[in-house]
Amino acid sequence: MNLVLKIWRQENAEAKGKMVEYPMSNVEGDMSFLEMLDVLNEDLINKGEEPVAFDHDCREGICGTCSLMINGEPHGPDRLITTCQLHMRKFSDGDTIVIEPFRATAFPIIKDLVVDRNALERIQQAGGFISVNTSGNTVDANAIPIAKDKADEAMDAATCIGCGACVAACKNASAMLFTSAKVSQFALLPQGRVEATDRVMNMVRQMDLEGFGNCTNTGACEVECPKGISLENIARMNREYMSAIVKG
Amino acid sequence: MGSLESKIPSGPLAEKWTKHKNDIDLVNPANKRNIDVIVVGTGLAGGAAAATLAELGYNVKTFCYQDSPRRAHSIAAQGGINASKNYQGDGDSDYRLFYDTVKGGDYRSREANVYRLAEVSGNIIDQCVAQGVPFAREYGGLLDNRSFGGVLVSRTFYAKGQTGQQLLLGAYSAMNRQINRGKIKSYTRHEMLDLVLIDGKARGIIARDLVTGEIERHSGHAVVLATGGYGNVFFLSTNAMGSNVTAAWRAHRRGAYFANPCYTQIHPTCIPVSGDHQSKLTLMSESLRNDGRIWVPKRLEDAQAIREGKLKPTELTEDERDYYLERRYPAFGNLVPRDVASRAAKERCDAGFGVNKTGEAVYLDFAAAIQRYGKEKALTSGIKDPDKGTLTQLGEEVIEAKYGNLFQMYEKIVDENPYKTPMMIYPAVHYTMGGLWVDYNLQTTIKGCYCAGEANFSDHGANRLGASALMQGLADGYFVLPYTIGDYLSDDIRTGPISTDSPEFEATEKEVLERINKLMNTNGTHSVDYYHKKLGKIMWNKCGMSRNAEDLKSAIDEIAELRKDFWENVKIPGEEGQFNQELEKAGRVADFLELGELFAKDALQRNESCGGHFREEYQTPEGEALRDDENFKYAAAWEFKGAPSEAVMHKEELVFENIELKTRSYK
Repeated sequence: MNLVLKIWRQENAEAKGKMVEYPMSNVEGDMSFLEMLDVLNEDLINKGEEPVAFDHDCREGICGTCSLMINGEPHGPDRLITTCQLHMRKFSDGDTIVIEPFRATAFPIIKDLVVDRNALERIQQAGGFISVNTSGNTVDANAIPIAKDKADEAMDAATCIGCGACVAACKNASAMLFTSAKVSQFALLPQGRVEATDRVMNMVRQMDLEGFGNCTNTGACEVECPKGISLENIARMNREYMSAIVKG
Repeated sequence: MGSLESKIPSGPLAEKWTKHKNDIDLVNPANKRNIDVIVVGTGLAGGAAAATLAELGYNVKTFCYQDSPRRAHSIAAQGGINASKNYQGDGDSDYRLFYDTVKGGDYRSREANVYRLAEVSGNIIDQCVAQGVPFAREYGGLLDNRSFGGVLVSRTFYAKGQTGQQLLLGAYSAMNRQINRGKIKSYTRHEMLDLVLIDGKARGIIARDLVTGEIERHSGHAVVLATGGYGNVFFLSTNAMGSNVTAAWRAHRRGAYFANPCYTQIHPTCIPVSGDHQSKLTLMSESLRNDGRIWVPKRLEDAQAIREGKLKPTELTEDERDYYLERRYPAFGNLVPRDVASRAAKERCDAGFGVNKTGEAVYLDFAAAIQRYGKEKALTSGIKDPDKGTLTQLGEEVIEAKYGNLFQMYEKIVDENPYKTPMMIYPAVHYTMGGLWVDYNLQTTIKGCYCAGEANFSDHGANRLGASALMQGLADGYFVLPYTIGDYLSDDIRTGPISTDSPEFEATEKEVLERINKLMNTNGTHSVDYYHKKLGKIMWNKCGMSRNAEDLKSAIDEIAELRKDFWENVKIPGEEGQFNQELEKAGRVADFLELGELFAKDALQRNESCGGHFREEYQTPEGEALRDDENFKYAAAWEFKGAPSEAVMHKEELVFENIELKTRSYK
């Protein structure tokens, strides 16, 4: 199929960016979206131009490195996958595809489609852990039975890959879905209850400091999340936060 | 420089580690505050080591090329992690895990290291549960297990098909706790480009800030390399696009011996290649072999009809199918080790029974498992006399709960529904057992330079069993290295901070800059990927699933020629002082072009077949690997002498006191 790509090009954080058009021919349906960009880049290099910078690593939907707004949607038109798992068979001959970086104040652009998502890391560093030493001298793993449904729910929250699609999808650039997934994973497990109060306070404080917006319950984050992280997590974090405030 | 003293403690096997821990020197808590440790790589081994070292009191700096430590490729491990907990009461023990691992590795690993690994495996599970890793559980609330290849017990713990992700998030959370306390300084989007030696000791690294392009000096009293495997030397592999050998290779060039580079694991169940645009291969977890049955058509004409799209696999009756693993290996069936399963798939496809367009795929079929689970589910749900449709639906639900994310991944890539038609799979490069040579303390032949996880050579011999990579990464990182490194650092309590203004730092930095300049100024005609793909083709065709002397010799020449061409004709756009992904790739491919040659050289000297290393000249009449214990019962550790062709081999003889050497049989 033949396509027209409109791609955001920006030299560095300070430079002014612009959309640039690239015609593509002979794109195969079995190519992944990123392989299509590989082909474009190989062409650009051979022509002596600079290739388009984009983030990617595992290319199997788990590391959370790849991003991209594709036709206005984080990770493109397909559901429950990341950009690296998106295949060109989802597009048709003659399509124009608009490719932009994840946009948010808290995600400054590094180059072209690459953004700095360290703000998400700092939220986790503020409290996304259980304070247990790694000595191995803990109780036997089976000494803490956990009901299967609770364990499964914690696992569902823990599948968040930290890609930032929720932030990019949100009109307020809120990181509530991300933060609440991390808070929930620990809050649902008995091991994590001990520090639950401090954890939610610290993580929410850091989230606000980073300049993410507020949540207005539009639910766009849940729709675009490649791992299907549920809005219930936000409700749970709000409950945790309220009870933490009451406890002081 | 360098010697091959393995430093295995004396005494009975089961007491070696405890004895060693009692014998080695410790550093007191106040002195640990004056000691800096650099950890390169933040996967399971590096992340766990960094967290534990910081918790003990050392000042830790971590480096990773990814934009977050938790994106290291450990995250992609799917199936699980082994531990000898014997929760299933099926006869498991430390000894049995040790035995399975040594046998699985085709008797080419070090007994003492493997026993230690088995010994600490149970602690890993305790530790991870305490950290909040959400392992799969049974309805009673206790931990669930599954089986993996090459063993007869259920000892694999898992978190859906995302075990690596959950374990890495656990290690990362432990790191975060220390980053929050200021004990770890995390450098992301940073790549180590060289190791700095002062008086023969590793004292720091030269790193490139991948965002600004700046070259930086970082010092420490010891350097830990936990930088993963080198499977990307094949271009197409299940590794992440950025996985590379550079840190290990740079250390090798500075004096660290590189052991058994030819031991590569080709994983049997990956999604087949679809075309020339292919950039990487996707693994389908070994856990699928718990329930999936592998087959090809019995008749050549059926295979051909399937390839031409005239016949569907579901139209073939049971009698018309060849479940070749169950046929050849009745005792282990579909759960034979990876090397055996991969070779068997290649044998069938080479004989003309392949089932996709290129003839390089076999089926992995869940139809029988769906019916079996459907019946069980109908019974436990109290459904009487269910019809076939109901059974199928119930069975599919069970399969979805177990492997849902893998099935979804398959469907997205291949565009076929694996619940309704069998998956197509083919072997792909997955893991490298070879790596930097280390002693029992995980120290390389450079003093103060340690190596952990997949990057070292120590535990898996010539073939790694499924679910053992995660075990080794976390064992090294949490429980081994933080102890053993203390023995070395105890001599450094009076050293004080290491200055980065020394002539050694200056000289190493200069070499790094010169290399970058050379790459940037070549101004040739071909992209980095052009060379990487060419290298990959040579490696796959001549150093892949089966090898012979003639091919290996020509591979050595071809790689040397390709390397020469690369340095004369590679083309890298952009500038060095900026974010430049082509420059990053160029440095990595330049190192792969050296490693590839050593790889072939190592495969050529090993005149036997063992584990993942299959030499066509050395096989039994049935086509099984033929080991030669008399002449090759050693680890080959290569010393760098200016070029791969000049590398000198040192042998570490492997001593087996607790296991009798036998022909590995899974029949």
